[in-house]
Amino acid sequence: MKLSILVNEGPYTHQAADSAYQFTKAALEKGHEIFRVFFYHDGVNNGTRLTVPPQDDRNVQKNWSELAEKHKLDMVVCIAAAQRRGILDEGEAKRHGKGDGAANIAPGFRISGLGQLIEAGIEADRLVVFGD
Amino acid sequence: MATVKKFLYLNRKAPYGSIYALESLEVVLIGAAFEQDVSLAFVDDGVFQLAKSQDSKGIGMKNFSATYRALGDYGVTKFYVEQESLAERGLTVDDLMPITYEDENDGFAEKPSIIVTPRAELAKVMGEQDVILSF
Repeated sequence: MKLSILVNEGPYTHQAADSAYQFTKAALEKGHEIFRVFFYHDGVNNGTRLTVPPQDDRNVQKNWSELAEKHKLDMVVCIAAAQRRGILDEGEAKRHGKGDGAANIAPGFRISGLGQLIEAGIEADRLVVFGD
Repeated sequence: MATVKKFLYLNRKAPYGSIYALESLEVVLIGAAFEQDVSLAFVDDGVFQLAKSQDSKGIGMKNFSATYRALGDYGVTKFYVEQESLAERGLTVDDLMPITYEDENDGFAEKPSIIVTPRAELAKVMGEQDVILSF
């Protein structure tokens, strides 16, 4: 089955981010196709490279980046939600004059528009929503 | 993109207390450009999103309630409001903003967008959808 995933909550505060990761990983292991993982609301915080969780805990952001690399996942962070919450790529950091080195998007994530979420709903057999 | 799917935006939270209502509205607006078969549903505290006479000045936040009334112009004309959620909060449809659309198949007659729907009926509506975005 072709699946799209919507992640609406940030890491650590809500289990939704962990559940979305576990579900996506399990679906891939079962041979399903993941059309796209879309991060919205506080879910965009899954895509910052600046998190430093305690070493004896899971690293939610790194989990996503590794999964993306292994399976060539398309992981999209909503631009409007990301700008509100300070998640920037190089282009956005420059455009908003935030200075060199301000880009904090994690490997494997890209920033794009909400149209990508609608497209994910249209193209997939199922859109699975993880939220509060 | 010729595929037309039934999209339902399920709104469950009050406005302003969290950002879900505002960001849901942003998806609805962008999604309207994709010409899908769109419905909105308002359940639980989500019914407060449509409350009349919203005034957010005192909390320093943008009042976005007028946007719901503009959605008819984007072809978003079905607002299912759960009857039990209204009743549980002491509200009736008269406490909600009047939201209308112009029916292009009926000489652009102005018609109400809000459909007060019992819980069991709403479950059926949800069952008919291809995509449900729950906020």
